[in-house]
Amino acid sequence: MATTLSINGKERRVDADPQKPLLWVLREDLALPGTKFGCGMGLCGACTVHIDGKATRSCITPISAAAGKTITTIEYVATLPAGQKISEAWIALDVPQCGYCQPGQIMSATALLASTPRPDDKAIDAAMSGNICRCATYLRIRAAIKQAAGITEGTEA
Amino acid sequence: MTDTLDMDRRSLIKATLIGGLVLSFDARMAFAATAGQPATVLNAFIRINADNSVTIGAKNPEIGQGIKTMLPMLIAEELDVDWAQVHIEQTIADDKRYGAQLAGGSFATPMNWLPMRQTGAGARQMLVQAAAARWNVEAATLTTGGGKVTHAASKRTATYAQLAADAARQAAPDLTKVPLKDPAAFTIIGRSKPGVDTPAIVAGKPLFGIDVAQPGLIHAAVEICPAYGGTIRSLDDAAVKARPGILAVVPINSGYDPKGANDAVAIVAESWWVADQARADLKIAWADEAARQYSSAGFEAGATAAFAKGPDASIAKIGDADKALAGAAKRVSARYHYPFLAHGTLEPQNCTALFKDGQIEIWAPTQLPEPGRALVAAALGIEPAAITINLTRIGGGFGRRLSNDYMVMVAQIAKALPGRPVKLIYTRTDDLRHDFFRPAGWHGFEAGLDAQGKLIALKDHFVSLGKDGKPSQGATMDATEFPAQLLEHVAYGATYLDSNVPTGFLRAPMSNGLSYAFLGFLDEVALAAELDLPEFLRRTLGEPRTIKSGAGPMAAEFSTARARAVIDKVCAMANWQGRSGGNGKGRGFAFYFSHRGYFAEVVDVTVNRGGGVQVDKVWVAGDVGSQIINPINALHQAQGSVIDGIAQTLVGQNVQIVDGSANRTNFHDFPLARINAAPRDIVVEFVLSDNPPTGLGEPALPPVIPAIANAIFAATGKRVRSLPVVPAQLV
Repeated sequence: MATTLSINGKERRVDADPQKPLLWVLREDLALPGTKFGCGMGLCGACTVHIDGKATRSCITPISAAAGKTITTIEYVATLPAGQKISEAWIALDVPQCGYCQPGQIMSATALLASTPRPDDKAIDAAMSGNICRCATYLRIRAAIKQAAGITEGTEA
Repeated sequence: MTDTLDMDRRSLIKATLIGGLVLSFDARMAFAATAGQPATVLNAFIRINADNSVTIGAKNPEIGQGIKTMLPMLIAEELDVDWAQVHIEQTIADDKRYGAQLAGGSFATPMNWLPMRQTGAGARQMLVQAAAARWNVEAATLTTGGGKVTHAASKRTATYAQLAADAARQAAPDLTKVPLKDPAAFTIIGRSKPGVDTPAIVAGKPLFGIDVAQPGLIHAAVEICPAYGGTIRSLDDAAVKARPGILAVVPINSGYDPKGANDAVAIVAESWWVADQARADLKIAWADEAARQYSSAGFEAGATAAFAKGPDASIAKIGDADKALAGAAKRVSARYHYPFLAHGTLEPQNCTALFKDGQIEIWAPTQLPEPGRALVAAALGIEPAAITINLTRIGGGFGRRLSNDYMVMVAQIAKALPGRPVKLIYTRTDDLRHDFFRPAGWHGFEAGLDAQGKLIALKDHFVSLGKDGKPSQGATMDATEFPAQLLEHVAYGATYLDSNVPTGFLRAPMSNGLSYAFLGFLDEVALAAELDLPEFLRRTLGEPRTIKSGAGPMAAEFSTARARAVIDKVCAMANWQGRSGGNGKGRGFAFYFSHRGYFAEVVDVTVNRGGGVQVDKVWVAGDVGSQIINPINALHQAQGSVIDGIAQTLVGQNVQIVDGSANRTNFHDFPLARINAAPRDIVVEFVLSDNPPTGLGEPALPPVIPAIANAIFAATGKRVRSLPVVPAQLV
């Protein structure tokens, strides 16, 4: 059964089970492997994409629920203003260690920055608490979000 | 040098000539950490490109420890090129060509610090010799820098690209004799270099094992017998095969014990999701009665019985600990326990393989490729030379990928479906259940102090897991376990409980549990001596001297002076004022030596009314030798290690064995540290000492665990003698 998805500014036709999670359609059917499989239960955030601008766990989102909506993945997020700032800060602070969780982290951070241009520590921890980093790059995740937001250390958010 | 080696060298040069001018040479790899073992290999790490950029091979698996950036830094420094000229390529697995390739034990720095630099320096020397011959001048009158050779007197300059063809014809120098730079002249080593793959990671590029793409790729999900060591009694796969999209059902060995019988069933489909969904229709009767008798409750009862009985075996015996304890002015005793832990790498175990014409090509996220090659050769009945192993970037190692179960499994699946590349992926539940766990451990301590508060005797009855009286992998304790070598009377004994649980190495193996138990207990002993732990350790360390530590590959010298220096350093950094705390705020300290690194850490915690513990700030002082090679990565490794230790202590990590199998299924019941567990700051400083540089992937982890436990005691008056911390017990 064919489903049409709007992904990264393009219409993509996918012939797959409507119950197939968006994560696996991205990875297997659309050659977009930047979105990662970590838990399959929406617990780790490695699979985070934007659906209509909201950070969404693609591993528990069947494509039938994503049809007709605007989907953005890590491969395209740097074309968004907030995504560009976040991506640049991520590189500047060398946030990744193993890097596996970082696409999901960047998607969540971009969604945060788009809705809250100057997040404080509490807002950052709350927005990022769904994304696990096993290497524990958390201090740099906080710092990179602040840098992307133009917040310098020592000033009030 | 023999003819055979020269032939190899020529063929290597020929092979690498494709794609441009190539400089190739022999590299004798000296294994600093395992001196005396035969370890002479041929190699080619460097390619000079036509645009005068340089491609450097990175030989070790990259698991997030930064080795893909760091080893090429060593080569580039001595080659004398600018870092901006350098491209880095991951090599394949071939330890005869590249020397040891592993990610583990914090070994890469001590093993490669000299050989990689010598590799770069040897290439530089060949380029200089080529220029000297071309210009008919003495090599000693030439200088290098930025990928160029210069003769100042005649104002002549040639790029490495212009010299590469001539250089490749130069005799390969004896790398043990090539001069190396004075560290004061370093321009790359000691300067922060961001991870080579960072931009690609941020862009979502395919880098990891799970991202491997091959034409015609098919996918496998696997049902492994839940109870470790169980086998297939009967299999009914008719319903699975009737589902659309299923290509094959393949009974295989799980790879957990490749010499055992079949104990897994692979489902192969065009889509991994389709294969995994089909597992619901598999009907397998497992022959697992013997395996199912094992449980955490049984191990707990076994530990209690072991303590009543006394140790089965002696680990260390110095003096007469019983007699010294009988005469001690004060005695302290306590039992400590830590649980089984899973690794929980965020990238689930996976592997890709293509079997064709009796050969197999593998794309493996493995920390230890060559043992995987041996296992695959044995499992498939093919020669090791018929196996090609490509090394992918790895989404977290932590010791899990020292085991190659996934490689053994995917090789069997690929052999059953020749000509089709197949990718095996574990679900998160598979990954947590079929781990090689950090073994649980129990310690029964007894210490004696003399009237002056000096530690005169220490006993430990260590209980862990094993088989037939032999410890399981990772369930060992060395006779030199700190502070044994500093005391006059020591008795360490062990009991290994019969177990079916696959165990292995978790980041800072052994040390992550032992540091907690020993340094937690020593804080109790220090209190009895009316001292704080830093001062108690200073007195126990005594005069500056060097003693033996560890055994086998982990054997190292332990310097009491270096230990004391990091203790003093962290106390100064944190403004340590002795034991302090109360009303839910507390400060703790610990020191530990592991993987040749000395680390002392101070932790501030807040314990709230519900018993929840927040680590507020951590100070880390470390000594890993004379040179921090990549400062930004060193900071990241230390900070990550600290939060990893926080995770082991505070977020509820506790794998239980029920019916012969781990009972954890996902991150709700085996939690990892989330951002709110991270302290606001982790301050790291290094004490530089006149010693060769050593590794940083692990040694910053062990001290943080007892430091947290000791901080909780300072905050609440309650000792944490079992991990993980249970908030209700702190109320």
